[in-house]
Amino acid sequence: MSAAWVIQATNFLAAFLFIYGLKRMSSPVTARSGIRVAGYGMLLAILAGFLYLYGLRPEAQSHLGANLVLTLVALLIGIGWSWRGGKKVPLTDMPQMVALYNGMGGGAAGAIAAVELLGGHSSNATYLVVTLVGAVIGAISFSGSLIAWAKLDGRIRKPWRMKGQHIFNAVVLLVVLALGVAVALGTTISLGPVAISASALIAVFFGVALLYGIMATMPIGGADMPVVISLYNALTGLAVGLDGFALQNPALMIAGMVVGSAGTLLTLLMAKAMNRSVSHVLFSNFGDVSIEPEGEMEGAMKPVEASDAAIAMRYAGKVIIVPGYGLAAAQAQQKLYEFVKVLQAAGVDVKFAIHPVAGRMPGHMDVLLAEAGVPYDMIAELDEVNDEFKGTDVALVIGANDVVNPAARTDKGSPIYGMPILNVDQAHQVYVLKRGKGKGYAGVENALFYADNTGMVYGDARETLVKMISAVKELGGEAAA
Amino acid sequence: MSMETGIVGFVALYIFMLAAFTGYEVIARVPAILHTPLMSGSNFVHGIVVVGAMFALLNASSVPEQVVGFLGVFLGAANVAGGYVVTERMLEMFKASGPARKKQEPK
Repeated sequence: MSAAWVIQATNFLAAFLFIYGLKRMSSPVTARSGIRVAGYGMLLAILAGFLYLYGLRPEAQSHLGANLVLTLVALLIGIGWSWRGGKKVPLTDMPQMVALYNGMGGGAAGAIAAVELLGGHSSNATYLVVTLVGAVIGAISFSGSLIAWAKLDGRIRKPWRMKGQHIFNAVVLLVVLALGVAVALGTTISLGPVAISASALIAVFFGVALLYGIMATMPIGGADMPVVISLYNALTGLAVGLDGFALQNPALMIAGMVVGSAGTLLTLLMAKAMNRSVSHVLFSNFGDVSIEPEGEMEGAMKPVEASDAAIAMRYAGKVIIVPGYGLAAAQAQQKLYEFVKVLQAAGVDVKFAIHPVAGRMPGHMDVLLAEAGVPYDMIAELDEVNDEFKGTDVALVIGANDVVNPAARTDKGSPIYGMPILNVDQAHQVYVLKRGKGKGYAGVENALFYADNTGMVYGDARETLVKMISAVKELGGEAAA
Repeated sequence: MSMETGIVGFVALYIFMLAAFTGYEVIARVPAILHTPLMSGSNFVHGIVVVGAMFALLNASSVPEQVVGFLGVFLGAANVAGGYVVTERMLEMFKASGPARKKQEPK
């Protein structure tokens, strides 16, 4: 058994365990063992990675000691730093953590390509091209994910846009491609007295690719993040897969491609749930366009006291709760479940209905509710639950707007027309918990808020829920939780 | 990486194609409530890139290669560890209702 054979065998096993682990993740019952299985695969692959020492390129032999120390230190710092970070971070911060770790994977893929290019290891034209493409995708995914992380973490609050951004971005992308061709041809450029060496050219190439990732992500608004994160996840996977080809490592090829296609699928699902194309999300600056409302809204918004709404729900037979990003923003998930338990104790049938793009990443609301302790069989998806609103006494909307706007069903002129929505307006009574009177992300008026059967409960979702809990508890009786 | 397995031309394309379909089929069955852990789980899986970065760093023969390789291994390792911890923590929370839930009720 040569070292190379052991590496091949472990990588094969790792690839198998990844796919098997992901497969187990398709049910909440087996999901946890799924990630463990994949974890064993990863551990094996990393340990086997040290066997590369037995097949080094001749020119690297003299650096063996230094390289080994560097590898160990980088592994320890990387693992230690993010293991601790991942343990500590509150679960409400999941979207930004996923974006962050995804960006790091993209960065690693870019770095591999950079080392290969710097060392001039890709002699064959095919490998060279694949490495370059992997480099571009990895770099864009790295800087783009970091911007997405900053946005989700609230470090960048507003989409940043400028005039002629599309043209600027297109030019940047063209420059990246031109630099890539220059790197591939091994050109050295001399601008008068300044001569740019091959490795400087590679550095510039990466710099501009990173710039493109930043410029492409800056204009995208928060509500489009589910699409963006999924897309960068797919891109990192793709970059890893291409690096795998460049390094002739089938485990990287397979894992990268599996993630690439999984991410692509999620991206398309998210875009579909918004009734928009992926390119529309990326290039249209959606929230930027000010939309003229189609005529005045009929009726007026009717403010309701939290306690009145709570008591109405206490005496309802069936309540469906529709959470949105506002629930996460107000950190109100614990209080919400507390309120739900109070209602359940009073004999009310309660259920959660979740729109695919509610929140800032695919499945964001589900994680939030799971954190609060809500069992997953109380959570229903859009298709399952949409017909039930007709027979529902009260629909409680918390911090969601566009995903419950009936205009998506009825108003052909509305920018969100055609987007699948939760039909909360069909419930007998609707209560909307909302921070203020503002419009939704898309800048569209929401006819739901003006409907006769809708009551608006203004205020911070968390405080409102606290009031609701005490209102129901004051009624006494069996409602004690 | 080794002379024993030259993955060239169409063989690479076959691997890519089959892996892409595998990813699609495996993920298409995942219910929407698991989409976040799934993303973070697949995020963890592409952390295998750290192995490629180790190869690159161990084979580095100049300072720039060592610097970039170091960065690559660091980023890849962070991707792996973070992706794993975060996914595990999320999945731990997904519970069904029923008897098992009692233990998990907040105090």
